[in-house]
Parts: sequence; C-alpha cells; structure tokens
Amino acid sequence: MVHFVIVGILVIISTYFVFNGLVNADLLPEQASLQAEAIDELFNVEWFFIAFFFSLIVVFLLYSIVVFRRKPGEEGDGDHIEGNTKLEIVWTVIPLGIVIYLAILGAQTLGKIEARDPNALEINVVASRWTWSFEYPEYGVTSAELALPVDRQVLLRMRSTDVIHSFWVPEFRVKQDVLPGGEAFVRELRLTPSEIGEYKLRCAELCGLQHTGMIANVVVTDAFGFNAWVMEQTGCEDSEEVCAGFQWAGEYGCTSCHTIDGTASIGPTWRGLFGSNVPLEGGASVVADENFIRESILDPDAKIHEGYLPGIMSAQNFADRLSAEQIEELIAFIKSLE
Amino acid sequence: MNLLSSGLVRGLLAQTLGTSVGMAFVMAVRVALGLPAWNREPVVVGGALVGAIAFVFGVGAVSDWMKLARGEQISDDHTPDPDKPAWIRYFNVDYDHKVIGIQYGVTSMILLLVAGLFAMIFRTELAKSGMQFLPPEVYNTLMSLHGIVMIGSILLGVGAMSNYLVPLMIGANDMAFPRLNSLAFWVNVPGIILLLSSLFLGGFDTGWTGYPPNSVYAALGVQMFFLGVYFIGLSSILGSINLIVTIVRMRAPGMTYMRMPIFVWAALATALIGFTATQLIGLSFQMVILERIFDMSFFDGTDGGNPILFQHLFWFYSHPAVYVFVLPGLGIISELLPVFARKPLFGYKWVAFSSMGIALVGFFVWAHHMFTSGMATYLRVPFMYSTMLVAVPTGVKFFSWVGTIWRGKISFPTPMLFTLGAVVVFLIGGLTGPPNGLVATNLHLHDTYWVVGHFHNTMFGGFIFPFFAAIYFWFPKMSGRKYSETLGKLHFWLMFPAFLIMSLVQMRVGLLGMRRRISDYDPALGFDDSHMVITIAGFVIGVSVLIMVWNLIRSARRGEQATGNLWNSRSPEWQIPSPVPLHNYEQPIAVVGKPYDYGLPGSVYVDMNPSASSDK
Repeated sequence: MVHFVIVGILVIISTYFVFNGLVNADLLPEQASLQAEAIDELFNVEWFFIAFFFSLIVVFLLYSIVVFRRKPGEEGDGDHIEGNTKLEIVWTVIPLGIVIYLAILGAQTLGKIEARDPNALEINVVASRWTWSFEYPEYGVTSAELALPVDRQVLLRMRSTDVIHSFWVPEFRVKQDVLPGGEAFVRELRLTPSEIGEYKLRCAELCGLQHTGMIANVVVTDAFGFNAWVMEQTGCEDSEEVCAGFQWAGEYGCTSCHTIDGTASIGPTWRGLFGSNVPLEGGASVVADENFIRESILDPDAKIHEGYLPGIMSAQNFADRLSAEQIEELIAFIKSLE
Repeated sequence: MNLLSSGLVRGLLAQTLGTSVGMAFVMAVRVALGLPAWNREPVVVGGALVGAIAFVFGVGAVSDWMKLARGEQISDDHTPDPDKPAWIRYFNVDYDHKVIGIQYGVTSMILLLVAGLFAMIFRTELAKSGMQFLPPEVYNTLMSLHGIVMIGSILLGVGAMSNYLVPLMIGANDMAFPRLNSLAFWVNVPGIILLLSSLFLGGFDTGWTGYPPNSVYAALGVQMFFLGVYFIGLSSILGSINLIVTIVRMRAPGMTYMRMPIFVWAALATALIGFTATQLIGLSFQMVILERIFDMSFFDGTDGGNPILFQHLFWFYSHPAVYVFVLPGLGIISELLPVFARKPLFGYKWVAFSSMGIALVGFFVWAHHMFTSGMATYLRVPFMYSTMLVAVPTGVKFFSWVGTIWRGKISFPTPMLFTLGAVVVFLIGGLTGPPNGLVATNLHLHDTYWVVGHFHNTMFGGFIFPFFAAIYFWFPKMSGRKYSETLGKLHFWLMFPAFLIMSLVQMRVGLLGMRRRISDYDPALGFDDSHMVITIAGFVIGVSVLIMVWNLIRSARRGEQATGNLWNSRSPEWQIPSPVPLHNYEQPIAVVGKPYDYGLPGSVYVDMNPSASSDK
C-alpha cells in the first residue's frame, strides 16, 4: 500500500511538471486565425492527457526498476500475481471513457473551425507543380500572392491542374489537400485570419521534384490595406485618376464607412454603385450618376439611401475639405468599381 | 566448390536471364500488334516481372512442386548433406523453419543497414538549411526508399521472429507447410532486387505511399518500387497462411490457446492481418502500374477516375500493416518481461485478446490518414471515433506490463534493457497518436515532422527495440554462443537516449511548421540547430546498430558456449540444447501447466518427456 501512495504522489507531481512543460514550451507557431485558437485549445487538453498517462506509466516503471530490482545475491522469483480482473475492467473502461470524451471534444472543435460565414470572401486557389495562384472573382484579380483581410472569413475553393498538393499555413493551423480532376474535385477550406502579418503558404503533400520550393507569400492586412492591395492589382494600371481617387478614399476615411468589396457597412458600399438605381428614404429612387455622387459628397443629407442614417457623413464636412479635382478623382474611382 | 551449387546464385542468374526473356517477349508482342518494338516502360516492366518469377524457379523454391506436377517422387528426408559446410544451407532453399527464420533475420538486418544508410545520407543533407550535396531528385528517391526498404526490413524481421520462434514455442518440429515457407522467404529476394533497382531507373519521388497522380508522372523507378512491394507482399500473404495453420493445427498436446506463449498470440493476430489486408496494397499498386502502361485512368478525375480511390485502397492495407509491424514486437515485450521480472504475465487473457482487439479495430481506422485528403467530409468523425478506440486495447497492454514488473525481482541484462526501452518509446508513440486521431488537431499535424516523430516512436518502440531484445535473447539459442553483454549494453545506452532526442526534436519542429518529405527548409524558420541535433542523434543510432552487428558476428564465431537454460525461462525452447537440434524436440512434448507461473513453487509448464512420465 505504501508503494501505491508514493507512486500516486509521484505521478501527480510528474503530471504537473510534464503538462506545464508542454504548455510553456512554445510548441506551436504564432496563432493567426480563429481556427488556430480553437485547435490550440484542443492541443492543451491533449497535452494534459499525454502528461498524465506518460507520468502514470513511466513513474510506475521507474519505481519498479528502482525498488523491485534484484538485489545482489537475491535468489528466487517475484510474487505469483497472475492478474486482477477488476483492475483490468477499470483500465479498460476509464480509458474508453477518456477517448470518447476526447473524440467528442474533437468533433466539437471541428464544428467550430468549419463554421460558415455567408459573407465569406471567396478566393479560388489553383495549385500547379510548383506554384500557387489565387483568383479573386469578386474583383477580377489574379495573383501569385495570397492577400487576406483580417477578421473576415475567407472561403478558399481549391483545385489542382496536375497532382495532389496541400494548402497549409502553419500559423492558420488548418490544412486541406488540393486535388486534380476538374470541378467534381474542387475542395473548400474556410479560415478567418486574426492577426495582421506576413506568412508562408507551403505545399504539404509531396508533389514531385520541386515540392520543397512550392511556397507562396500570404499577407494579412486590415480592410484598408486589403482594399489598397486590390486596387494595386487592378485600378492603378488603368488610370492615374482612379488611383488618386482610391488614395483619397483611404486618406479621408471614406472606406471606413463605404466598403469596396460589396458588403454593407455604416454607409452603402461603393462596389457596383455607379449606374445603379439607388432607393431613397421616402420611396423615390435615383440613378447613381456623376451628379448624384458629387451631390452626395458635397451635401450628404440631400438624398439619403434607404436604410442608412442622415447626419453621419455631413458632420465630416467634406465640401470644405475636398477640392473639386479630388472629388472628380473620387468619382472616377467609384466608377471603376462598377 | 561450384558456385552453381548455391541456390541464390542460380536464382540471380535465372532472374537476369528471365528479365531478358521477358523484355524480348514484350517486344515481340508489340511488334505483333504493329507497335514499335521498343518502348522503355512496358518492356522493362514485363522483363522485371518475368525475371522475378524466374528467380523463384532458379533458386529452386518450387522444384518439389514441379516434380509432383510431373508425377515424380520427392524426398521427405531433408537431412543436410554432411559433406557440405553448414553455412551453405542459408544460401539455398531449405525447409527447416530455423534456417528460414535466420534467412529472414539476416536479410532483415541487411535491409535495415541499407535503409539506415539512406537515412544517414539524407540526414546529412538536412543537417543545415540550404542545399548541400544532394539534388532534389536524389533526395526524394533516397527518402522514399528509406521508407519502403525499412518496411521491407520490418516485414522480414517479423517473418524471422514468427518463423524461428512459433514452431519452437508450440512444441512443433516445423511449420505446417515447409515448402511454402521456403517459397515465402525466397520471393522476397527478387522483390528486394527490384526495389533497389529503382535507384538506377530514375528513382521515384513519391514517398513510400506512391500516391497518384504524382506516381503516374514519376520516373520509371516507381514501377520497380511497385513490383518490388508486390513480391514482398506476396511473401507476407504466404507466410501468414502458413503461420495460421501452424498455430491452429500443430500445438503440442495440452497447449490450449490460453496456454500458448503470448508471442504466439501476437503472431496469430499479425498473420490474420497479413493474410486479409496485404492484397489491397498489391491491388492499389497494380492499378497504378496499369494506369501507367495502358493509360487506364483509374485515378484521373477528368476521365472518370478518382485520385482519392487509391488512398482508400492503399491505407486499407497500410494502416493494418503498422499493426503487423508492431504486434509481434509487443508480443516480445509481453514474452520477456515475465522472464526478467520473475513474475507471471499480468492478465494473460487480457493481453492475448488485446492483440486480437488491436488487429480487429485496425481494420476500421484507415481513413484517419486521409482527414485532409478531400474525401467526403462526413467520413471524418466516424473514423475519428474508431481511431480513438485503438487506444483502449493498447492501454491494456501498457497497464499489464506495469502490472507484470510490479513487485517482481527484476534483473537487467541487455534483452531486458531493450524491452524496457521499447515500453517507454512505444508509450511516447502511443501517446502522440491521439492528437493525430482527432480531426481538428490532425489538420495541423498531418504531413509534418510531428508525424515523422510519432511513427518513428511506434516503429522503434513496437518493432526495433523489441526485435533487438529478441535477437539478444534468442541469439544464444540460435548460435549456441553468448553475445558480449558489455557491447550489448553499450548499444542500448547509445541508442535509447539518441532515439528519444531524435524523435522528440522531430516532433517539436513538426509542431512548429516543418513539413515532411522536403529536401530543404527555410532558414527563417530557425530549425537549423534542431536539424543538426536530429542528424547527430541519427548517426549515434547508426553507430550503435553497427556495434550490435559486430557483436553478433564476433560472438557467433568466438563467443562463450551457451549451455542450458540461459535465462531460466519456462518456455519449451529453453529446455533443449542450443543451438536447437535439427528436428527441434527429440520426442513430442506435452503442456501440463500455464506458461508464466513464475513464483509458483512446483509448477510445471512443459513436460519434455511425457512418455517417460506416463510410464512411472
């Protein structure tokens, strides 16, 4: 009995140290997505059980090796203990309970990391030996670098043109193989970047000769930076005017209320605005032409878009702050978002 | 002495000749079909296939059956020719299970050294970031070959232990089908030659898993890899049938299933897996061979195929296969702990059934290798549950081992050190399994060095350490001589800490983002020091294994004579002289008690001379 008490205490002490060692050893890369947070929580539960069972077996083993070793000159055999059915049942049923508990946790975590946001930003990922390419259908942009806005779920729709590749950014944790074979083999991955920064996407499925070097840059920026990136990919190539307008939109804070990717915010989005029929408060409607936009900048409360509040933009007093030229450039930019 | 008297030499000549004939045959068929005679791939594959079959004929593994087919008499007396040196038996077809066991064992060790050498080469490349001396195609080939040759080595090692030990332990004089047994060994040899020939045919950069479509695009070497595995797999199936029949039919009188030495249970569970699952890896590889040669688009999604289909077929074997690798080793642990703790195996029935439990559950978990593969997402959760269940029977084994040594009188010669080392290493392998089994954490861990560390722990803990323990334990039984304890202990104390360091660091860099199967890594990741440590530890393991090889070779020649029951074991093979006489037991033995009643005064397991006792 004394043996069991000593071993029990040692197991507890060992579990404490091993668990803390694992948790504090910086075993995982930076946490840069919502999915990573959920996964890392599960890792911590796993570290605990690993620490406990490792300690349980190793402490019993080491204790036996030290205490029950054959002393010099000792003859004969050990105690004739053939087994203990109750004990066997205990150490079958308890681990069974634990693994079922862990599997339930695992399923719940999976549910969390696969939660769908209907407003997710869709990106088509195309993997080919040994490069990555990213298409943003919303913006008509194709890029070799993966730019992502922070705190917004992205839905990656991935396909390969040749062999199996695998999408993995360690900081995001989640991983998904990318399959060849056409539309039926497009696979989806959802992730929500939570930290601004630069990361590397590395192919995780052996794909032939240059597999090692199949790497792409991943840039997570705030919404403004993302918009800037989109513009850089499109607008500025077309016209300096549009580019300047985009610059003012950022500098004067327009885009903190008016998104350019189609989502609703404090003010109406600019995407697809130009030329559309704008419903106004009171039931009338107006075509969003250059005059309407110019008027909305100079006198925001003159016509209020249905569902939005007056007074917010007029308080900014843009009529005094923007030159006529700047306003024309902004209009050109909004036009480009048709 | 005539070289042609060696079956091995005749087999190799036949393989060379057969390869040429096979190539000529394929070219003739092509000409008859109006195709240009020369097309490298079908011609070489046809030649390789015929060559491997020719080896089996040349070595003489099917000679007796051929004679029977022609209506000729065959001899049932296989007493070796006393005029020839004893070693010549090992280079010929021989029907003695002990000879075949040692043939398996030596071949396994040779493959272990070859595959280990591959690892040393690419570990040197990985010691620091940046390309040092290996071009990526060579790196990929060596990395792939390291995996598959090690698997071959392990399968042969499993064959060695089962073949040598099972008939001895159940009191039989040989296996049920000695000719089949010999064939099962010899088909490995052309398989190994094909496997290694891939090095000279462009290599293959697919890893040992050979996933298409990557393997469809790979160099010709990949075909040799597939064919080689095909023949080694055939060996597994034939060997398994033989073992099952032997264990079911040939136990000594009185040896009920619950009185078999526990290793026999493990061998039985292993054989059941090998017998029922190996076909699937053969099938999956065969489909890629056909896709490459005849453009059958099994795995081409644009032509009605499915790239994931291969992975299901492949893992349906290859997951149970890891239990083929580890169950015999776990059996060795359960077999040796009672001997060195001088106590009964704790919960014999539970340990026996846990092997069967692992073998059974092992068939329902294959898709846990495919959580990120893009298979139907709803499959992931059921496979997560079934995977986690494996932990339960595995846990029973650990608890039983602890129960066995608890309150024992433990001594620590080399085999015991390796057994205890196996428990610790396999424990780490086991405990690092559930994070892979849970889908959510698997998404991070899949295809990283974490997995590399995890399975090296399971393979070292479940096979390498127990295999080495078995070699040290039964070496005196095989050779009649003692090995050097000093060198044995040196081997252990080099290998055990080096392995722990190697695998723990592998798992750490894997968690931090180190992918598997890459020939170089970004210095910005800061893994240079870790990789240097892994490489140095790997070399220490290599050196320690060479020490063992030297120890065994030297001891086999000049070691001290081993007489009597060296380990004071109750198992029947230790009650007869070493090395074991030609026909094992002079007279049939009878089992009259339980195998592990250490510490029970007056208890008897085996009656070595039942006719004498009944006369009394």
